[in-house]
Amino acid sequence: MFKRNLIAAVAALAVSGPALAQDAAELAKIRAEIKQLKDTYEQRIQDLEKRLAEAEAKAGKAQATASAAEQSAAQATTAVSAAASARSGENAFNPAVSLVLQGTYARTSQDPNQYQITGYVPTGGEVGPPVRSFGLGETELAIASNIDPYFRGTAVASLAPDGGVNVEEAYFQTLALPQGFTLKGGRFFSGIGYLNAQHQHAWDFQDAPLVYKAFLGNQLTQNGVQLRWVAPTDLLIELGAELSSGNQFPGSDQNKNGIGSTALLAHIGGDAGDSYAWRSGVSYLTTSPNGRSYQDVDSLGNPTTNSFTGNAKVWVADAILKWAPHGDPTYHNFKLQGEYFRFTQDGTLVYNDTATATNVMGSLDTSQTGWYTQAVWQFYPQWRVGYRYDRLNYGTVNNGIVNNGLATAADFPVLANHSPTRNTLMFDWSPSEFSRIRLQFASDKSRLGFTDNEVFVQYIYSLGAHGAHTF
Amino acid sequence: MMRWLRHTLAVLAWLLAAQPASAAFNIFACEPEWGALGKELGGDKVNVYIATSPLQDPHHVEARPSLIARARSADLVACTGAQLEIGWLPLVQTQSGNARIQIGQPGYFEAARQVTLLEVPALVDRSQGDVHPGGNPHIQLDPRNIAKIAAALSERMAQLDPPDAEYYRGRTKAFLDRWQQAIARWEKEAAPLKGMTVVVYHKNMTYFEQWLGIREVGELEPLPGMPPTTAHLSDLLARLQKEPAKVVVRAAYNEPRAVEWLSEHARIPAVVVPFTVGGTDQAKDLFGLFDDTIARLLAVAK
Repeated sequence: MFKRNLIAAVAALAVSGPALAQDAAELAKIRAEIKQLKDTYEQRIQDLEKRLAEAEAKAGKAQATASAAEQSAAQATTAVSAAASARSGENAFNPAVSLVLQGTYARTSQDPNQYQITGYVPTGGEVGPPVRSFGLGETELAIASNIDPYFRGTAVASLAPDGGVNVEEAYFQTLALPQGFTLKGGRFFSGIGYLNAQHQHAWDFQDAPLVYKAFLGNQLTQNGVQLRWVAPTDLLIELGAELSSGNQFPGSDQNKNGIGSTALLAHIGGDAGDSYAWRSGVSYLTTSPNGRSYQDVDSLGNPTTNSFTGNAKVWVADAILKWAPHGDPTYHNFKLQGEYFRFTQDGTLVYNDTATATNVMGSLDTSQTGWYTQAVWQFYPQWRVGYRYDRLNYGTVNNGIVNNGLATAADFPVLANHSPTRNTLMFDWSPSEFSRIRLQFASDKSRLGFTDNEVFVQYIYSLGAHGAHTF
Repeated sequence: MMRWLRHTLAVLAWLLAAQPASAAFNIFACEPEWGALGKELGGDKVNVYIATSPLQDPHHVEARPSLIARARSADLVACTGAQLEIGWLPLVQTQSGNARIQIGQPGYFEAARQVTLLEVPALVDRSQGDVHPGGNPHIQLDPRNIAKIAAALSERMAQLDPPDAEYYRGRTKAFLDRWQQAIARWEKEAAPLKGMTVVVYHKNMTYFEQWLGIREVGELEPLPGMPPTTAHLSDLLARLQKEPAKVVVRAAYNEPRAVEWLSEHARIPAVVVPFTVGGTDQAKDLFGLFDDTIARLLAVAK
């Protein structure tokens, strides 16, 4: 206000200087003039103030045309003031941590401890149904972070319900290789097939398809390296190769130098219109198990040990089609997937029956196949229903020990001629993308002569960092 | 085995040969608005691929094979950031085998870093729904944000593609001139919207409301990202009977049923806004996006 008066006074002096020596009437006139001037200047100053405010607003807009560096500096300041406390200190580089809680309530008509996939070499993997009644599933702890500009690291530990920690995955992955290459090394889920690379909690059913249980020991983990290449095409073309120790079924601990198992994978995929997306692939795995053994009983019920040495190969063809209206799966979506497996082995089998002091050797050639197909439909936001059909085909099993009469087929009950089937139906409800509760019914004819009717209620909760979902 | 390999290689060679040998600058835009901006600034020097459609909820996108393939050849990935794409983009980045577009590289551009985010949550906890720790990521509906982002995006394009730098800067200047005029026009046109009360489906109109002085009085989602429940809708309806709103607004990708229900029961008009470029037929480009959004709200403001 003082400033305004001053300006008005100075202005008045400047304008009306010569009139100062005049009489009272003149003085009154001058006063009136000064008042008028003052009013005018008040008005003008208000105008100026308004224009200043407008100019300031424009300057704010003009900031847009200022250099990007200046802006990012300004942004950085804002960000720093907003998140100063969060970004200082040693924990500023903490990796992303997430935890998955899982558990089941299971009711099965057969004893889960007697579970067997008759007709197929036991894998030693955890393929049986969950324990009856309430049971804790695997608790998965995942930690991931970029290590530096060149590598990313991920570790997933699974805490078993009865104690013990299993390293499910622990691998590095390159970020800076040129030409579409990515190298992964350490322990990781093999990229063969479709489901194998996904964690169990991301599957659409509580358990793995029978082909995975019978031919890959539930899920194939590799200790080794994986090289993947993505072609520079609009259609996804992805080729990969894995070299590993091959210590897991269908391989075995080989205790030898060099590569124990090789896998090759090829995927293609893309969109069809704006509502469909698909991916299809073929994979091949070859490994040379050495003394891979399993326990069985002979025709009299005495325990036997069978150990296989030779070659094992797995072929997988997989396809998945997803539908979501305009690509938005929020309200409705549909997913159709299927995988076909072919599993062959040729080598020698050593049959050891201590009760009858029999220790014989013969050739073993097998060629078996299997497939599953499943459909999952989200019919209402948060609610899904799914159906899966599983089948294994016994194919041919040429057991030289039986052919040569060194033992009878009854001494190999696990390898009895059987082509299992299974029907599975599930409903699940996902209140958010971090929680899911599932009800699953299955009629499982894996074990020769028995049908296991299963009911599972399962929960899956994920805490912590928001992991991205694979297709 | 060898034959299989030979055949595969032959097919690959054919596929590679079939690709156009285009030297254009490839922009992979996470959302349509950044694709539209890339086209405005890059003209015919850029190839723009838009990863999501305007009818897709940008929070729920899958890392589809097509996205991985397109990200593989991208020179610049232009996204909103602020964790909007956290459910799919990190996977697309690591699976693409493209070193240029990884986090921290100049080929990864986050629009949200260029503007001041609103609604930064005081409590970052999932009990609050699908909150974004950095603030509300739906920044594109304030045209002043678009201007800031355009300047930064243009500089990034110039940095990555130096031969065309002057071309991008020239186009950007022309775009910003037109844009400032358009902002002035919109602010005049939208004057009647000042003080208007709205109910929104999701908190995705915040920046637009802040710009034009529109007052948001409720959301159909009980918590961000949680679909409307009957309990929440009846609470909202009871609240609206005491303190009425002028209109209920949803983005083109939001599901219409709950909006229609509220519109009918609260006796207020329902308006669909494009939310992004392509969300409605009129929202053909960024100018159309604001023209149409304002026009649709003005139509019910009287």
